[in-house]
Amino acid sequence: MHQFANPARFMRIAGMALPWFSVAAVVLFATGLFFALFDSPPDYQQSETVRIMYVHVPAAWMAMFVYTSLAVAAASSLVWKHPLADLWARANAPLGAGFTAICLVTGMLWGKPMWGAWWAWDPRLTSVLVLFFLYLGYIALVGAFDDPERGLKAGNVLLLVGAVNVPIIKFSVDWWNSLHQPASVLRMDGPAIDPSMLLPLLLMWGAFMALFGALAILRLRSELMERRLSALRLTLASQPAGSRSSSNEPGLS
Amino acid sequence: MRGFLALLVRDLRLALRQGSDAVMAVAFFVLVILLFPFGIGPEPNMLARIAAGTLWVAALLASLLALERLFQHDYEDGSLDLLVLGRLPLEVVVLAKVLAHWLVTGLPLLVAAPLAGAMLNFPGSGLPVLLASLALGTPTLSLIGSIGAALTLGARRGGVLMSLLILPLYIPVLIFGAGAVEAAASGLEVGPHLMLLGGMCVFSLVLAPLAAAAALRQALG
Repeated sequence: MHQFANPARFMRIAGMALPWFSVAAVVLFATGLFFALFDSPPDYQQSETVRIMYVHVPAAWMAMFVYTSLAVAAASSLVWKHPLADLWARANAPLGAGFTAICLVTGMLWGKPMWGAWWAWDPRLTSVLVLFFLYLGYIALVGAFDDPERGLKAGNVLLLVGAVNVPIIKFSVDWWNSLHQPASVLRMDGPAIDPSMLLPLLLMWGAFMALFGALAILRLRSELMERRLSALRLTLASQPAGSRSSSNEPGLS
Repeated sequence: MRGFLALLVRDLRLALRQGSDAVMAVAFFVLVILLFPFGIGPEPNMLARIAAGTLWVAALLASLLALERLFQHDYEDGSLDLLVLGRLPLEVVVLAKVLAHWLVTGLPLLVAAPLAGAMLNFPGSGLPVLLASLALGTPTLSLIGSIGAALTLGARRGGVLMSLLILPLYIPVLIFGAGAVEAAASGLEVGPHLMLLGGMCVFSLVLAPLAAAAALRQALG
C-alpha cells in the first residue's frame, strides 16, 4: 500500500480507475436491477416483497464493509502514519452512513409487510442502528476541532473502539433468538439461497461495490485537492504583505 | 501502585472539596426518576412495571453528567501534561481517574437506588439484583465514558458531542443491566445477564484505558 502513499501518484492512478468504476457501476446496476425486478422469481412465502432484498442486503453488506475499511484505515494511520488513511476515513464515513441509512430504511419498508411492524427492537436492528450512530458520531467528532488533524486523530480512536460492533452485527442473528433471518449467503455449508435469486443479489452487490469505488475515489480526490488548496492559501497568507501586492501601502521609511 | 493511589486520593480530595459532583449526580438521578410518575401517571402497577428500566436509564444519564469534567480541569490547568510526562503509564492514570469518578458519582447512585426504587413502587425482592446489576454496570459506564471524555477534550460543544459518541456504546450495558432486573422480576434466570455485565466490565476494564490513553495522547499532541 505504501507506493500509493504519494498523493500525486494516487491522484493519477485514481483518475485512471475512476471511469472503470463508473462504467461498471452503471452496467451492474442496469443488469442487476433488471434481474432483481423482472427476471427473478417471487418468493414462495414473501411473494413480490422479496425484491426489497436486492437493495437491502447489499446495502447492509456495504455498511459493514465500509466501516471495516474505515477501521483498518484508522489502524494503519495510527501505526504507519499513512497520509491517505486519515483522508480515506473522513472522505468515506458519509458514504458508509448513507449505506447504513439505505439498509435501515429498506429494512423498515420490508418489515412492515413481513413482520407487521416498521421496527422491532431486535439485536440485528439495534446493532445496525448503533453502527449508524457510530458513523454520525465519527463525522461530528472529526468536524468538532479547530485543528483538523486533531479531529482526524480523535476520529481514528473512535473508529477502532466502534469496531467492536462489527462482529456483533454479523453474529447477532446467531447469538440471540432473532426476528431477523439468519445468514443465508455466507455459510459454512454453501448458500441457502436459490441460484435464481443469488445471481441478482450478487450483481447488485457488485453494483454497490463499484458505486462505492467510484464515489470513494471522487471524494478522496476532492479531499486531497481541498488539502492542497488550504496549504496554498496558508503559504499565500504567510508571505509578507509587500511581496503579494506590489504597492498600495505608502511605507514608513 | 503508589502513584495510582496518590492520584486516586488527589482526585477524591478534589471532588470532596468541591463537593458538588456526588450531590449533583444523585440529585439528577432522583429528579429524572421523579419525572416519570408525572409523565406516565402515578398508577402503582404501571410504575412497578417500568421501574427497572427507568432506574437504569436515570443512572446512565447521571453517570454521563459528570463525565465531561473527567479530564477537563486537568486539561485546562495543565496538570494533564504533567501526568502524561510523569512516570505513571497513562493507562494507569486513566484507570485512577475513572475509579475516582466512579467512587464520586457511581457509588452514590447505588446508595440512592433503593430510595428511588421505592418511589417507583419497585418490589423489594428485586433490590439485590438491581444493586448487583448497577454495581457491575456503572463502572463499565464510567470506563466507556472515559474514552468519550478523552476524545472530546478541546472540542467545540464537547459535552453534547460526548453524549453522541458515548450513548450508542452504552446500549449493551443498559440492555443487560435492565434485563437482569427484568428477569428477576419475572422469575427467570438472572445469572446469564449478570455474567454478561461482568464480562463487559472486565472487557472495558482492559480496553477502555488503552483507548482513552491513546485519545489523551492525541489531545496533547
